[in-house]
Amino acid sequence: MNPLAKLLEAALFSSARPVPKEELAALDPESSPAAVQSALDELRETYDNNGHGVELVELGEGWQILTRPEYTEAIERAQLAVRPHRLSAAALESLAIIAYRQPIGRAEIEEIRGVNVGGVLKSLHERGLIDVTGRGEGIGRPLLYGTTPLFLEQFALRHLEELPRADELAVALRSEPKPI
Amino acid sequence: MTAPAAEFDNTFVVDLSQFQGPLDLLLGLIRDEKVDIYDIPISRIADQFLARISTLGLDQAADYLEMAARLLRIKAQLLLPRNEHDEAWEDPRAELVRRLLEYQQMREVVDVLEKLAEERRARFARAYIPPSGAEPPPSPLALSLAELLSAIDRVLRVAKDPAVHDVIPRALDVDGAIATVRGVLLLQERARWRDVVRQGAERWEILSALLALLELARRGELKLKQANPFANVFITRESPGQAA
Repeated sequence: MNPLAKLLEAALFSSARPVPKEELAALDPESSPAAVQSALDELRETYDNNGHGVELVELGEGWQILTRPEYTEAIERAQLAVRPHRLSAAALESLAIIAYRQPIGRAEIEEIRGVNVGGVLKSLHERGLIDVTGRGEGIGRPLLYGTTPLFLEQFALRHLEELPRADELAVALRSEPKPI
Repeated sequence: MTAPAAEFDNTFVVDLSQFQGPLDLLLGLIRDEKVDIYDIPISRIADQFLARISTLGLDQAADYLEMAARLLRIKAQLLLPRNEHDEAWEDPRAELVRRLLEYQQMREVVDVLEKLAEERRARFARAYIPPSGAEPPPSPLALSLAELLSAIDRVLRVAKDPAVHDVIPRALDVDGAIATVRGVLLLQERARWRDVVRQGAERWEILSALLALLELARRGELKLKQANPFANVFITRESPGQAA
């Protein structure tokens, strides 16, 4: 492996979160963005081709070394690490709406789901998947919610645009969102 | 739904907890009845909806009741006579259809998210942080043994020897001082403070002399007189015969 790839490997290994490419580039001011990219490619291919237990994944607006799925069960059995809890169906529904309509207020989420979502929003907020991104117009200036970088990380998305576009879904729908 | 309820209600055995709210239940009904979502037989669906929510407890019912009211309103609107050629007429079901489609689309996104989350859950990141939100442990100290020893050395050099106070109990000798005062007053009728307390007396001697004077004054053997604070104390023999 070339020296830059080794440097990136060490940096990614030491980080608890996905590392954005700009931060990786800052490790070696001499290196061009293209060199960083090719070093990342080299590292990923090394992991893929030489039979490693980990892989290099691009997600959450950065890069991260993750264990391969086939070892998850053994790791969890040995209690070395615990998988995060699954989200409830109610939480996933609210999260889906927020991901597509952000920034969005609670009233509109409730309109779409047809149920009260106060408790669900609180738990999503506690898990760090959503955050208050502003205040809307109208009575009481309602809080508006949006997804966080942790959301991208926990759903292994590079960015929100990776979610299927509305017109790619099987169910057709009005294109522009209704004003609150 | 509980078992006893199922006995007298043989039409519908449905567990509403499996539904994510009234829209989900409605979509379920539309699927079960195999009707066109764009041409919902409102009367039939509304009846079914009401029957299914009849077993709900009050606490969960609010969201469902609102939908029930909406369905009945649409049903009533459809029953109103209208002009066949009225072009401004809008199907009262349109808003409901829109909401159902929107909800369905959202459910599709949920499936996508569920799959993504499941894939991600199957991988561990390098630095695992417990999802409980607990504080990560503090990073280990960056300190060499030599640094630690030199720090100890510095502290020991700066630190002064602790000041140790020995407390020695020294009893007052009031009786001895009384004897001294009596001795002085035998020789002279009047005495002064410095006649009974020697120059450079210890604190305990001063205290003993003071207590002795007060005691003798109480017994009436002498009189104490001090003109002003801090002025000289004059000691006068009171009853010479008694003192002797």
